Amino acid sequence: MHNHFDCHDLLGSLSDYLDGEARQELCRAIETHMAECPNCRIVVDTLKKTIYLVHATAESQLPDDVRARLYKTLELTDYLK
Amino acid sequence: MSDNTALPISLPALQAGDRAEFARLVETYSPQIYRLALKILGNAQDAEDVLQNTFLKALQSLPTFEGRSSLSTWLYRIAVNEALMLIRKHRPEVQVLAGDSDSDDDEDYIPVQFVDWTTIPEDALLSSEAVTYLDQAIQRLPPKLRLVFLLRDVEGLSIRETSEALGLTDTAVKTRLLRARLFLREQLSGYYQERLLEEKH
Repeated sequence: MHNHFDCHDLLGSLSDYLDGEARQELCRAIETHMAECPNCRIVVDTLKKTIYLVHATAESQLPDDVRARLYKTLELTDYLK
Repeated sequence: MSDNTALPISLPALQAGDRAEFARLVETYSPQIYRLALKILGNAQDAEDVLQNTFLKALQSLPTFEGRSSLSTWLYRIAVNEALMLIRKHRPEVQVLAGDSDSDDDEDYIPVQFVDWTTIPEDALLSSEAVTYLDQAIQRLPPKLRLVFLLRDVEGLSIRETSEALGLTDTAVKTRLLRARLFLREQLSGYYQERLLEEKH
C-alpha cells in the first residue's frame, strides 16, 4: 500500500464497507481513495472476491451415515425420512 | 433444505416436549451445525461428536431456554462451546476466546500482496484444488479468528448474533472478522498469483 494516511483509514473501515454498513460519507471517501490508490483498489476487490468464494464453497450437506447416527442418538429414528 | 423447514420452529411446542417439532429442529439445523463443527475442528469424527452433543445439550436445556436469542444462534452457541471443549482437550495451550490481546498483532494483518487475481475465470477460481486450498487456509486461521469468521462469513450470522454466540463484544467481533478476512485474502492472493504465473509460462 502507498505510504499514505488514507490507506490505513481504508483498512480500518473495510469490513463495514464490504458489509454495506458504512455511512454514505465514508463510502465516498473510500471510493475516492481507491480511485487514486491502485493497491487499495486491489485489496478491496480481492477481499470482496475472497468473501464471495467462501460463500460459494460453503456446502451444508450432512452425510447420510452421520445423519442416521444423529437420529439414533436422539431417539428420533421414527422421523428419519 | 426439505419442505418441513418452511414453517418457523415453535419454541412452545419444543418446550412442551413435542418430538416431531424437535425432529424438525434437528432436520433444519443439523447440516449447518455439522459444517460449522467440521470447519472449526477440521476432523469428521470430532465434528460428529459436536453435532450429537449439541442436540443432546439442546434437548436438555430447552426447558430453561428463554428465547432471548434465536434458536439458531442458541444452537450455534452450544456447538461452539462443545467444539471449544474438544480444542481445549486436544490443545490445552490454545487461548481461543480471550479477548484482551486483540491489539498485540496488528502488523501481521497489513496487506502485502497486491496481485489482482479477480480476472481469473470463475471455474479456475473454484477448481477443486483451489477449494481445498481455501479450506486449508481457513484451518490455518488462529482459532479465535476462525470462530468469528465461520459464524459471520460462512454461517451468515450478523455481527450481533456472532457476538452473542461467542460471548464477545461487537467491537472484538469486528476486529477479528477483519483480520480473518485479510489473512485469507493474503493466502488466496499467494495461491492465485502462482496460478497466474503458471498461465504465463
